[in-house]
Amino acid sequence: MTERTERRDTGASGTSTDVWDASELELEGATMSQEGMEIPLPSPGGDDESGPTPELARAALAQGGTASQWRLVWRRFRRHKVAFVALWVVLAIYLIMAFAEVLAPSTATAQDPDYAYAPPQALHIYHPSEGLGLYVHDFTVTQNPETFANEFEIDTDSYIPVGFFVSGEPYEMWGLFPMDVHLIGPEDPDRPFYLWGADRAGRDSLSRILYGSRVSLSIGLVGVAISLVLGIALGGISGYYGGKPDTLIQRIIEFLMAIPTLPLWLALSAAIPASWGPLARYFAITAILSVIGWTGMARQVRGKFLSLRTEDFITAATLDGCSRPRIIFRHMVPSFSSHVIASLTMAVPGMILAETSLSFLGLGLQAPAVSWGVLLQDAQNIRTIETAPWLLLPGLAIFITVLAMNFVGDGLRDAADPYK
Amino acid sequence: MGKYTLRRIGLMVITLVAISFVTFWIIQLPPGDYVSTLVAQAESRGQVITPEQMAALRVRYGLDDPFLVQYWNWISNIVFHGDFGQSFAYNRPVSTLIWDRVALSFFLSVSTLLFVWAVAFPVGIYSAVKQYSPGDYIATFFGFVGMAIPEFLLALVFLWLGVRYFDQSAGGLFSPEYVDAAWNLGKVLDLASHLWLPILIIGISGTAGLIRVTRANLLDELYKPYVITARAKGLSEWKLLVKYPVRMSLSPFFSTVGWLLPGLISGETIISIVLSLPTTGPLLFGGVLSQDMYLVGSFILILSALTVVGTLLSDLALAWWDPRIRRRYQES
Amino acid sequence: MLQTPTSDQTTSRRLDPDAPPVLQLTGLRTEFQLEDGVVTAVDGVDLTIRRGETLAVVGESGCGKSVMARSILQLVDRPGRIVGGQVWVPRPASTEVERARGRSRRRRRRRETPAETTVAPEGMVGLIGADPAIIRAVRGKRIAMVFQEPMTSLSAVHRVGDQITEAIQLHAPMPKDVARERAIDLLRRVGIAAPEKRVDAYPFELSGGMRQRVMIAMALSCDPELLIADEPTTALDVTTQAQILELLASLRDERGMAIMLITHDLGVAAQLADSVAVMYLGNVVERGDLAEIFRSPRHPYTRALLRSIPKLGQGRDIRLAPVRGMVPHPFARPSGCPFHDRCDSFQPGRCDTAPPPLIRDDQGHEVRCVLYEEDK
Repeated sequence: MTERTERRDTGASGTSTDVWDASELELEGATMSQEGMEIPLPSPGGDDESGPTPELARAALAQGGTASQWRLVWRRFRRHKVAFVALWVVLAIYLIMAFAEVLAPSTATAQDPDYAYAPPQALHIYHPSEGLGLYVHDFTVTQNPETFANEFEIDTDSYIPVGFFVSGEPYEMWGLFPMDVHLIGPEDPDRPFYLWGADRAGRDSLSRILYGSRVSLSIGLVGVAISLVLGIALGGISGYYGGKPDTLIQRIIEFLMAIPTLPLWLALSAAIPASWGPLARYFAITAILSVIGWTGMARQVRGKFLSLRTEDFITAATLDGCSRPRIIFRHMVPSFSSHVIASLTMAVPGMILAETSLSFLGLGLQAPAVSWGVLLQDAQNIRTIETAPWLLLPGLAIFITVLAMNFVGDGLRDAADPYK
Repeated sequence: MGKYTLRRIGLMVITLVAISFVTFWIIQLPPGDYVSTLVAQAESRGQVITPEQMAALRVRYGLDDPFLVQYWNWISNIVFHGDFGQSFAYNRPVSTLIWDRVALSFFLSVSTLLFVWAVAFPVGIYSAVKQYSPGDYIATFFGFVGMAIPEFLLALVFLWLGVRYFDQSAGGLFSPEYVDAAWNLGKVLDLASHLWLPILIIGISGTAGLIRVTRANLLDELYKPYVITARAKGLSEWKLLVKYPVRMSLSPFFSTVGWLLPGLISGETIISIVLSLPTTGPLLFGGVLSQDMYLVGSFILILSALTVVGTLLSDLALAWWDPRIRRRYQES
Repeated sequence: MLQTPTSDQTTSRRLDPDAPPVLQLTGLRTEFQLEDGVVTAVDGVDLTIRRGETLAVVGESGCGKSVMARSILQLVDRPGRIVGGQVWVPRPASTEVERARGRSRRRRRRRETPAETTVAPEGMVGLIGADPAIIRAVRGKRIAMVFQEPMTSLSAVHRVGDQITEAIQLHAPMPKDVARERAIDLLRRVGIAAPEKRVDAYPFELSGGMRQRVMIAMALSCDPELLIADEPTTALDVTTQAQILELLASLRDERGMAIMLITHDLGVAAQLADSVAVMYLGNVVERGDLAEIFRSPRHPYTRALLRSIPKLGQGRDIRLAPVRGMVPHPFARPSGCPFHDRCDSFQPGRCDTAPPPLIRDDQGHEVRCVLYEEDK
């Protein structure tokens, strides 16, 4: 429901061209009445000998008189404290994504059936006999004679020393360099180390969540990039040229919007052949998500073009003899690019949630590919959650990511209009 | 106005035709057809179907006909006989399958909608009027949190909490002892005790979103000159608020209200799956998984049709609500 | 071309200098707390308007005249805030206050006395910090306002007739059809053709001039003692502007109401006003009779303003002189006399240290400038 509401928003608020009342002054100075009774106001440029005193001019400059658009946006954004913190969180999340292999204590695939559904181990700092140093306790595993399920007991007598930059499970960094260094891990790679518990095959949840961020986070970016290209191109054509192309594109958008999102996604993903590999599936899912995403973007860009086309500064540029591309790229695009960036930021979390939902339902990516949605699939039935509630942890990752991105997007949207 | 409505209905029919083509295309999309499904079913039962039988079946179902002929057979059955085709998976007509579940979906969605409106509008208005007050910060925070949790995750967490701390299974619609019981007061209460959770879960993200939208829309209007004019007349703040900015800020809401229509029927698919509610959502999902394309296609068609109708209703509602829109319609 | 108002023009409207005031501002201060700092838009304004008087408040854009006008009825939106001073108006009758209080269940006990414990002039009440019901009883009934933007100042989704009858019924309960008749009368009075039809029109179906007439009709609906017209003609074309000014003049003469006319256009002020207050950066720098101000302006700012306007009979080769320099940035407000950095008579060490004193001559011509300080 909310998604629909936002989509309709064409964001047609006007954009003024200058800061403070400089433009207002010029405007009033220009409207001399016929009787010539207006007070001719001094031109703000200070074109004669009676210009402003240098101190004042500097003061005005320091106050943001001529700061560039991006600096103004940045200044306003920084004032939005929550959004500013969220921005760092988002950057950190993407850094974690980039270095997932090193940061993960294990890999996404390394398994040990002995530790199926092993609960999270607490990381201790001080051991009564061994002294200061990171360590975890081992488990004692007993098999329930009735259910054959492993039952875990923390063995407080055991001691597994934990170190930084230890060598452990081998992996290929970025799929290129074979490495085995892990930021944190047991000093003896054969001892169990499950900070966030293990899944049914005894794989480390934390590692899988870190690896899963690759797909979950990038799918948002790729999807939004596709939406952006389509949206700006078609929305721009629609808004700038108007007429027949506009009508045609608007009909297409309305048509796509008329198809309800979820069933469309479901149907399209159901139609992806099961034989496709993970990579092909990944791009297919991204494309499916973008099919809907671009329409909102296109509507917004079109709305901006329409409202800008009649603005005075565009008329002025036209009268100055600027070429059409120059008007579009030097005058129009800069004046709405901050809005576009803001709405892009708002669109990424939507894509992440959509991918997660599809994968959760088993229609998106499929194991052995790892994404947060795929991981949550393990937690689909209540019995599993009862035994291993930590399998819900990928949900926490989603929650933090989406929350931070929403805050950033919200802050950007507020900051995007520095002249308000 | 009447002319405008007529023209819109004309356009609507064209859109519906286009949608039906796309739907039929999607139905045809997966490799294999009805007959190969039948063959697979037969083989799983250990029967063997000869190529000749297959060819005969193909002719019988018209599967070798050109696309347009097949399309016509399909759509004319729907339009003239209400026959949406046969579900492969259930071996029953699609229309009966859907009808069986519509009532509950509708009831669940309407209750949720009322819950969302009852909470979100007052909170959103309060949040805008008292911008930057502690109450606004709480509402804003809740709004963000509500939008950041995927619904199914919320459902899972509630399920887990229910089992873990209240020893109650939150799934399903009835407790075991009432499932087959005849309707009585106990059964109704039992239903209610099971339904509040789905309503809450589905409602939370909708409420969060609507709070944000209501707040933003109202903030856009709250400082407009006409509000100052009304205040300068001597109106009390409360009357002023309801009569002018709140009314104005509802325009965007009216422009999307029609889109709720398909949602009333589709049932919250993911939540229903997690909580095993017999709404239409899991039916659609099952259809997708088993590539039961007539079932899926029918859903897409019905929901799209409802979206298109909803859009028209929205636009008419907006015209009724906002005289400026009415005038634009009359001019065009 | 501007004609300096001649004395015989003003004699036609002889004002009673002892008429009771309908509005008295003392030390009014309004600030805007922005993210980058505080802008003092109105910086201690003292003004009095007497019954039947038309006062023009003139000044450049951004001098605070509009904010001052809005502060009177406490219509300044966030982040603006009235931080000091008082707005005195004749105390409204208690029945009017009770009506404005309406059906609100609980009467909040509020401090009757405003924050500042100044003694109220006789028969008057201070609006700052007053019971909201008193403020509402004054708004629209005693003091009405007309705004600059007739396009956006009317609600686009309500019929103009309904917006007028709302104001009527708010202050004088009467049946809807009676109020509607009155609204039609008002529309006719402000010169709208076919008022019976227009009463059901939406604002967007009317032209800019007609909308401003509707605004005026709405403002007049409760027979206010004072009409504050905030740039009522700025958004209109010149012909319409002249018509609206004539309308205001005739309504004033007919009803004997006072008008506070906010304008940046000295020509508009000359057409309508009895007296003029010149504002610069939130201060009233000069105040006096219209003719007096035009004939012998005293404050250097007023003189510079008048020099910048063409005059009838002036040699065509005389260049118009704009006011030197530019309005300072709101955050970089000059110390002492706010005008000193643009002033031709700037006296270092005097003008830039302390605010200039208020000098008042026998005719009631006031000026805030050290040039007129008598050395005693």
